[in-house]
Amino acid sequence: MTQNIKFYQTGTFTVGNRLLDPEHRAVQASIQRDNSLTSGHRACQGCGEALGARYAVDAAMRATDGQLIAANATGCLEVFSTPYPETSWKLPWLHSLFGNAAAVGSGIAAALAVKARKAGLERSAVRVIAQGGDGGTTDIGFGCLSGMFERNDDVLYICYDNEGYMNTGVQRSSATPPGARTATTVPLGPNPGEEFGRGKNLPLIAMAHEIPYVATATVADLRDLEAKVEHAMSLHGARYLQILVPCPLGWGAASCDTIRLARLARETGLFPVFEAKGGEITAVTKIRHQQPVENYLRLQKRFAHLFGDKGRPDIVARIQAMADKNIRRFGLLEAAE
Amino acid sequence: MIRQIEGSLAVAEAVALCRPEVICAYPISPQTHIVEGLGAMVKGGTLTPCEFLNVESEFAAMSVAIGSSAAGARTYTATASQGLLFMVEAVYNASGLGLPIVMTLANRAIGAPINIWNDHSDSMSQRDCGWIQLFAESNQEALDLHIQAFRLAEEMSMPVMVCMDGFILTHAYEQVDMPTQAQVDAFLPPYEPRQVLDPADPVSIGAMVGPEAFMEVRYIAHAKQTMALDRIPQIAAEFAQVFGREAGGLVRGYRLEDADTAVVALGSVVGTLEEVIDARRAAGEKIGLLSIRSYRPFPLAAVRAALAGVKHFVVLEKSFSVGLGGVVALDVRKAMSGMAAVGHTVIAGLGGRPITQASLQRMLDDVMADRLQPLTFLDLNWEIVNRQLAREASMRRSGPIAENLLRDIGQKPAPEAKP
Repeated sequence: MTQNIKFYQTGTFTVGNRLLDPEHRAVQASIQRDNSLTSGHRACQGCGEALGARYAVDAAMRATDGQLIAANATGCLEVFSTPYPETSWKLPWLHSLFGNAAAVGSGIAAALAVKARKAGLERSAVRVIAQGGDGGTTDIGFGCLSGMFERNDDVLYICYDNEGYMNTGVQRSSATPPGARTATTVPLGPNPGEEFGRGKNLPLIAMAHEIPYVATATVADLRDLEAKVEHAMSLHGARYLQILVPCPLGWGAASCDTIRLARLARETGLFPVFEAKGGEITAVTKIRHQQPVENYLRLQKRFAHLFGDKGRPDIVARIQAMADKNIRRFGLLEAAE
Repeated sequence: MIRQIEGSLAVAEAVALCRPEVICAYPISPQTHIVEGLGAMVKGGTLTPCEFLNVESEFAAMSVAIGSSAAGARTYTATASQGLLFMVEAVYNASGLGLPIVMTLANRAIGAPINIWNDHSDSMSQRDCGWIQLFAESNQEALDLHIQAFRLAEEMSMPVMVCMDGFILTHAYEQVDMPTQAQVDAFLPPYEPRQVLDPADPVSIGAMVGPEAFMEVRYIAHAKQTMALDRIPQIAAEFAQVFGREAGGLVRGYRLEDADTAVVALGSVVGTLEEVIDARRAAGEKIGLLSIRSYRPFPLAAVRAALAGVKHFVVLEKSFSVGLGGVVALDVRKAMSGMAAVGHTVIAGLGGRPITQASLQRMLDDVMADRLQPLTFLDLNWEIVNRQLAREASMRRSGPIAENLLRDIGQKPAPEAKP
């Protein structure tokens, strides 16, 4: 499945942008980029998480002038980046456990705060990010994350959301969307795949903690992603960024479709892209060319049971209704304003 | 300075004298007074600079401690019982990463049935977790061991658990000699981490290790604990020089010189046992006592040397490996392997049951009369045990065990324990 690639990207939110003025160019467009997650790691071809992490961490590195420490949850990102005896990380990096990256981040931030006060400074120049996949964030790491939020610890938590436990072989998480096939939500019975009415919306839960900054982004809008990371690093206190990172393996999608899928997730309304401060939404990325959810679902084998002779147009319609609800709720269409 | 204070407060003040930089706290009885004391000192500005984090679980407490220790801060936390079990994954992680966190464990039973009172089930459940485990006999020793623990942990780059009996020590008001800041500063140098998260010298900590090196990493932890067998007595000796009193070390013998019989124990019950030993010595028995102060690393050679002359040894422990028997007894028997001495295991004081001098005297009478069973449960109420076993044999839906036993006790006063 090939796509028409447009080479005139000036003024768009897409990749590239060497045609832009230097101050508007992406971190990754510069040869000065840190390559904090450098080449040689073991991620799959087309891995959305590797792409998202490289942009996010490099943006945080630029925003902090390289004064950055990362805590990492167990998961694909940890496994593919640090196969013994190698590491792809060019910043100080600590992996402890699956469910505690946020708390480990809190501990690092506490240590830095004390060190700064001992040096006579108001606060440390060294900043902290904690990162994990959706399983490590919305499920097993949820308690530690909520604790970090409510204490307003000075940590940016980044969730790379690929909607399932991909490292362990594609099982369902509380971020798996309805209808999706996983190894623990098989496409059998009257309600094939993940059930409707389950799962949690972590960006909204984060907002309920009234932390300084919550944002969502996708790997389709990398400049937007970088800008949100850089803005997050200009703030102090607990901050949360959830990045939609398509997983070719877990989603059953072509490696070349990672960015396309991320864009379709936004353009259908299934993944609202927004920013919130102190619990209130302050900015929403509008849908530019609205797409029916079918265009998004058909590219992914995890939804294959919804199409074909024994397809389930009723379920596709329910997923479309979810997208429509998001569009209304977040005001994702220009006309909705 | 001599003070009459609660054990928890004594420990809190001793920890504060160690200049901790990050403290994380989650409430669980009976350790709460320790972190409350420290929290008040941080909030009141007498312990500064120090970050005090009220976290949402013990799992988070140990995880915060992992982060702050890896970022180069001297880090302290405290827990007990269910709290220790809730943080187990992070407990193993802290030792696996070689982070010198110091944690007080206010020893308490593990449920179900839920029980807040003292025994050593919590410590023993973490026997193999890679932490150094030191046991305090008294509040003075608990206080002193914390000062030694930071020194030991940071020298070895390993975490240290200081175990003190919940309530019996933590809530007891006793006289303690509180050291001065100058004394502690002379004994405990600032923390110099072996590994630290530093943007000027970035390292990856906690990478995946496969079959190529995993055994070696584990062996190095063992090698370091073996080295700690040498360092623990040395640090105790240096402590005695600076502070003018004895505390810590691997083991402490009491009236063992010519003993034919020895009781082996750890924690606060040692104080009770000393009085029993004195009484029996006065009656002419050649009996002594061995207090194990370092449970991990386990001082096999020191135990063997201390018990070399005995004919009988009794391991009296507040822990129990269901389906087997003693926990500490296994280690003591390993230390005594090849020796002719006869060993006994006495399980006592589970869930806070008082270990009285009268019970200990009866048990030791049995030892002297050569009628003590290899595995004995001190003061076990056989009547309610047998009634429940009969109930289970006679019907399918016999109901919840603990509630049945409580009902049995309520219907009829518990009989005197059989001699």
